[in-house]
Amino acid sequence: MNFLMDHLLSWILFIPTVAALILLLLPNRANLLRWYALLASSIPFVLTLVVWFNFNNGQPGFQFEEQAVWYAALNSSYHIGVDGISLPMVLLTTLLMPLAMLASFSVKERIKTYMFLFLLLETGMLGVFLALDLLLFFVFWEIGLVPMYFLIAQWGSANRNYASLKFILYTMGGSLGLLLAIQLIGVVSGTFDLPLLFDRWANLTQGTLMGLPVTTVKAIAFWAFVIAFAIKVPVWPFHTWLPDAHTEAPTAGSMILAGVLLKLGAYGFLRLVLPLYPLEARTYAGWLAALGALAIIFGALSAYGQTDFKRLVAYSSINHMGFVVLGIAAAAWTIGTQDAAIALNGAVLQMFNHGLSAAGMFFLVGVIYERTHTRDLTKWGGLFPLVPVYGGVLIFTAMGSLGLPGLGGFVSEFMVVRGAWPVFTLATALSMIGLFFTGAYILKALMMVLHGPLNEEWRGHLPEINARELLVIAPLMILMLVIGLWPSWLLDMINRAVVMLF
Amino acid sequence: MDTPAFHPAMILAILPEIGLIILAGLVLLADLLFHRKKDRDLGLLTFGGLLAVAGVTLVYSRPDMVPVTVFGGALRQDWATFVFRMIFLVGAAISVLFTMDTDRRIRSGAFYLLVIIATLGMSLMAAAADLITLYLAIETTSIPLYVLSGSLVKDQKSTEAGVKYMLFGAFTSAIMLYGFSLLYGFTGTTNLYELKGLLESGQISTVALVAVAMLVLAGFGFKISAVPFHFWAPDVYEGAPTPVAGYLSTASKAAGFAVLLRFLNVVFPDLYPAWLLVALLSVATMIIGNVLALTQKNIKRLLAYSSIAQAGYMLIGVAAATELGNTAAIFYLISYLVTNLAAFGIIVVVGWSVGSDEIAAYAGLSRRSPGLALALLVALLSLGGVPPFAGFIGKLFVFAAAVQADMIWLAIIGIINSVVALYYYLVVLKVVWLNRSDDEEVKLPVTRPWRLAVVVCVAGMLLLGTIFAPWYQWALQAATAF
Amino acid sequence: MNFPILTLTIFIPLVAGLLILFYPAEKKTWPRITALAAAVITFLLTILVYARYDVAAGGYQFIEQIPWMPFWDISYHVGVDGISTPLLLMAGVVLFCGTAVSWNVEDRPREFFSFLMFLGTSVLGVFASLDLFQLFFFFELAIFPKYLMIVIWGYPKTREYGSMKLTLYLFVGSVFALVGVLALVFLSGANTFDLLKLEQFDFTTAFQQTWFPFVFFGFAVLAAIFPAHSWAPDGHVAAPTAVSMMLAGVEMKVGAFAALRVGIMLLPEGAHFWAPLVLVLATINVVYGALIALVQTDFKYVIGFSSVSHMGLVMIGFATLSKEGLLGSGLQMFSHGIMTALFFSVVGMVYDRAHTRDIARLGGLFQKMPAAAVAFIVAGLVSMGMPGFSGFIAEFPIFMGAWKAAPIVAIIAVLGVIITAGYILLVVRRVFFGELNPDLAHVGDVSLLDKVSMAVLVVMMIALGVFPSLMYPMVQSGVNYILALVGGA
Repeated sequence: MNFLMDHLLSWILFIPTVAALILLLLPNRANLLRWYALLASSIPFVLTLVVWFNFNNGQPGFQFEEQAVWYAALNSSYHIGVDGISLPMVLLTTLLMPLAMLASFSVKERIKTYMFLFLLLETGMLGVFLALDLLLFFVFWEIGLVPMYFLIAQWGSANRNYASLKFILYTMGGSLGLLLAIQLIGVVSGTFDLPLLFDRWANLTQGTLMGLPVTTVKAIAFWAFVIAFAIKVPVWPFHTWLPDAHTEAPTAGSMILAGVLLKLGAYGFLRLVLPLYPLEARTYAGWLAALGALAIIFGALSAYGQTDFKRLVAYSSINHMGFVVLGIAAAAWTIGTQDAAIALNGAVLQMFNHGLSAAGMFFLVGVIYERTHTRDLTKWGGLFPLVPVYGGVLIFTAMGSLGLPGLGGFVSEFMVVRGAWPVFTLATALSMIGLFFTGAYILKALMMVLHGPLNEEWRGHLPEINARELLVIAPLMILMLVIGLWPSWLLDMINRAVVMLF
Repeated sequence: MDTPAFHPAMILAILPEIGLIILAGLVLLADLLFHRKKDRDLGLLTFGGLLAVAGVTLVYSRPDMVPVTVFGGALRQDWATFVFRMIFLVGAAISVLFTMDTDRRIRSGAFYLLVIIATLGMSLMAAAADLITLYLAIETTSIPLYVLSGSLVKDQKSTEAGVKYMLFGAFTSAIMLYGFSLLYGFTGTTNLYELKGLLESGQISTVALVAVAMLVLAGFGFKISAVPFHFWAPDVYEGAPTPVAGYLSTASKAAGFAVLLRFLNVVFPDLYPAWLLVALLSVATMIIGNVLALTQKNIKRLLAYSSIAQAGYMLIGVAAATELGNTAAIFYLISYLVTNLAAFGIIVVVGWSVGSDEIAAYAGLSRRSPGLALALLVALLSLGGVPPFAGFIGKLFVFAAAVQADMIWLAIIGIINSVVALYYYLVVLKVVWLNRSDDEEVKLPVTRPWRLAVVVCVAGMLLLGTIFAPWYQWALQAATAF
Repeated sequence: MNFPILTLTIFIPLVAGLLILFYPAEKKTWPRITALAAAVITFLLTILVYARYDVAAGGYQFIEQIPWMPFWDISYHVGVDGISTPLLLMAGVVLFCGTAVSWNVEDRPREFFSFLMFLGTSVLGVFASLDLFQLFFFFELAIFPKYLMIVIWGYPKTREYGSMKLTLYLFVGSVFALVGVLALVFLSGANTFDLLKLEQFDFTTAFQQTWFPFVFFGFAVLAAIFPAHSWAPDGHVAAPTAVSMMLAGVEMKVGAFAALRVGIMLLPEGAHFWAPLVLVLATINVVYGALIALVQTDFKYVIGFSSVSHMGLVMIGFATLSKEGLLGSGLQMFSHGIMTALFFSVVGMVYDRAHTRDIARLGGLFQKMPAAAVAFIVAGLVSMGMPGFSGFIAEFPIFMGAWKAAPIVAIIAVLGVIITAGYILLVVRRVFFGELNPDLAHVGDVSLLDKVSMAVLVVMMIALGVFPSLMYPMVQSGVNYILALVGGA
């Protein structure tokens, strides 16, 4: 038992991989594979809960740390741990994975490979959140791409080839700068260990590197990091891969993409950019804020213009992640102040909330798509009477996404705006306008799906949402409600980390 | 040298020659007694005899470390003589084996007799320490070879080869003789070892000496088929019976090198222009030989040009004018002997049973007779200078000699040439291994003597290519003995 | 060490090859069985060497020495260090896999397996050489098996051209290396071929600067350094599968290894002097090779050019002359060897079944040969430098070294990585996914032996990627030894 407890994070991290390998040996029976994958992905969730309840909010720094030799030649080690920022992300991931598995019960072809890739993906994502070593971070950062690429390319819809290639080339292209900057940091600092780097690299302000002033080099490296993460978030104007990838991905893939993968980028800002480049972050915070605001506005406007339901939800992600960026920018500018803490709290919470609502929305799109085989908003209409339960669930989730007070989204967006207002008044004001459009496109979508004249085509051909699907969406709805009503259980933890780190 | 009294060393010094004369007599006698019915046994007799002579030489006529000069300075018994004699004897023996069961037109008593006499001449060439002896030895060698080349009397090409060879030979002999006469005129002696001292006295202008060196080199150049004295080689090789061509290209060439090495090292050790001349000869020989070989369609002509080029590589060693250089040249000769003999041996059998010496006729050989193809592979690769075969080590040594002598340019030219050479060897191998022919089912008939000869050659190539230290030791002793 | 393990490793294939030559031609299975047995034994021996190598002690181990030609101080002298031990292992595994996937060679199997074994001896001999002459001897020993195997069993349309080009290119390179080698021994006054003594010999600076290019670039031709790279794609494509595997997997490493051992380790000052040029050329290799690979329509050419690109990284690592760079190169040589062997084996399997390598005419093969497709994808990920696989473990330190030596090189060369991702993904998609070409409906799955050999390669790449400590301490010990000679940190 001690071994289990001492290496809890490693268990969480690698159980999916081990499970994936065992999966390969199982007989090719659909239900067995499905239930196995569901069970396997539930174990990390349970373990994460154990971590959660054993996590000491009052203790500074990282907890459940583990360190082992990995690549000593480069002074890189297997170093993992969690703090108040990463733990909610881990929880989000381990929670969404079983739900995604459950949502994938409708997948019919090549189930084994599908489940295998999903389990690998989980390890990749968790690794990013857990890594306390820059090289290790990069390893997991990249590893996650591969299963996602194949998930989109193999189980996606019509335009999957284009979308998957665009997805991986964009993100890999973005990673190139990151890779180079990481190498640079490794060469200059002689270590990849994050706690050490927070000290060494962040405080390196004097002298020259390779014939250039250190500030210039660091500014370039800063932008290399920012671009890599901005692509992943995605920040406008690096977002163009996202609508394609989200639209073409299979339902569970979209859930994970929007729910977790996008958070990786934002997490990169929080975990790496702010601590490693406090000065540069402050210098360029204005730009970042502007980009965030633009993402909010353009995301919303673009979403409004869509007639493809899934694409609409995809653009909504850009819109919502804009708030995260805005919060981060505000925090970068006002580091150390109350405003910064509020903005950061908001940003982290927004990440969590968006994970819930976006996953939920994509799932619900998937549910109706499976029944109607179309995603065209104009083909539906007036479905509420046919599927009242589904309609209710959809409205609830959409409201969560929209930021209705009482649901999660409201709390986090409010905090971001509150934190950013004193610093970036204009950008924040523009974002508020963006929020207005958010309401517009969500209502438009709801109207086109559920209300208006009934498209007679669907009468009698549209089964109600089933129990399995309800089981998928229920935890998301509950959490949205809980966070909306009582956010402090989560915010306390985040706040501690935020205050201590910055 | 004023002790004409008999001494056992005198006999020992010419033991191989004596043996060869006895053998010649035996062959002549047997030919008369059994006439032409048992010509195969004559071959066996010749082969056995040559081996016996070689064995006797190896055991009884092995020189001391101190050279012995006999017959009033006419002959010199040293390691160089010994090693070259072994080369000639082995070369002759293998050539005889190749002849035995193949071309009915040439395997007669006279043929074997001529081979023996030519070998005798070569043996004397290697030993000659006097201009007169040297000239006589050269002619003793050449005349039987002219006859051998033209021995297919009903074949126009063969007749032409014989005549051509003779004309060229006579011409260059005359030039060489003129050079000899000048030397005698300058110094009043014909003994090589005395010449050296007299020439070094500084009485004779360098220009005159260089002129003499050029005249003499013409004669030697003919023997080793160096450019520009090479014109005879392709036609003669093509026209002459194949075993003869093989013999010409190996033993006869070695004999040329034997005299060249001795003459240059003994008479002109310090005449820089002469050595430079050798280097230039080497360059010309390599380049012309290799370039002309590129376009050949007939394998005998190809090998003729290739053997011209090979002489060029050996000349690199000679031109280096160092102990290592001479050693390398001699080692190269040894490796070249087994290599080229093997190549010609295969041509003998293919030409005999397929009836063509065109390269195209070798298509499908690796399917018809895989063993034969492998032997050809080994031989051509050895010629190309690829390990683990003898040619690689030989090339390595001559290039090393050039580098050591600070003649890197020569090494580089040699190396570029060996790349060109590899190309045309590979083309032949490609035909052998890749191209198809209609009668792949028909195996080529090979007889036991022939197989023995090829196996010996292949084994020799492998042995020289891997365990080369002892042979290098031999070559070294020969090189330092001049 | 009394047990002559290296000698056995080197000569078991040779003995098997000779033995095979004497089999009767009509016994077509004997050569295969013998060759496979010899390859397995060799493989196991290389594993044993790898496992028994004492990393803590470092330096040359398992040394055996027998005088060969005492006169010139040539000896049969074998031993391995931290750089060559992984390469030996790599050669062992590729030889095994190459033999295994060639099981179905029907045309003159006797000669095929015999030559393949000779090729094995050649590469193993180079990696284990501690004598310059011996190194060169084994280096050149590969010429004829390579040429003949390509010309006999190669791709009918290009085999004559490809084999001749390859042979002559490599021969030109090696003869220049030969001049350099001879100069090292005779001109410098060292008068020994013993690498250990040469390492300690004090060559003058001018001498080093003059002769470094001869040996380094001479040998590096075999590593396909720009602009002498064009033999590689043509040769790889023309070659039969096993030879492509050996060529791209092992032979190119032989070139790089010889350039390292003779060029850099013996002439460190020359290396410092010429390193900038090497960096430039190698960077061209990386980017240019990848770009050309991107536009190929022949499946095998894609991989052929990818080798050119990846070997550029090895050369960059060398030229940085830094701890990280050399470490990365050492690992990259191993990783690329395994990876490219896997690539070519899959390409061969596809070609054997589909009888075309035109990417446009392939497609959907995942359904027909899933194991091969998965193996190819894994190799592709290694090729892209994807973390978690051996390629990343190797390339990352190379880039770190480049940052130390010349940051611009790192920045340009990294373009190669993204281009590689592009062509690998494209080729994977076009060949293995998408619609199955109706012509390929009859295509069958790969054999068990194929699967075994692919699995061995895949496991090695993943194991190294996840647990770099399986190999880096060993390579590091070798690098430390080199750095002691070269100077620098």
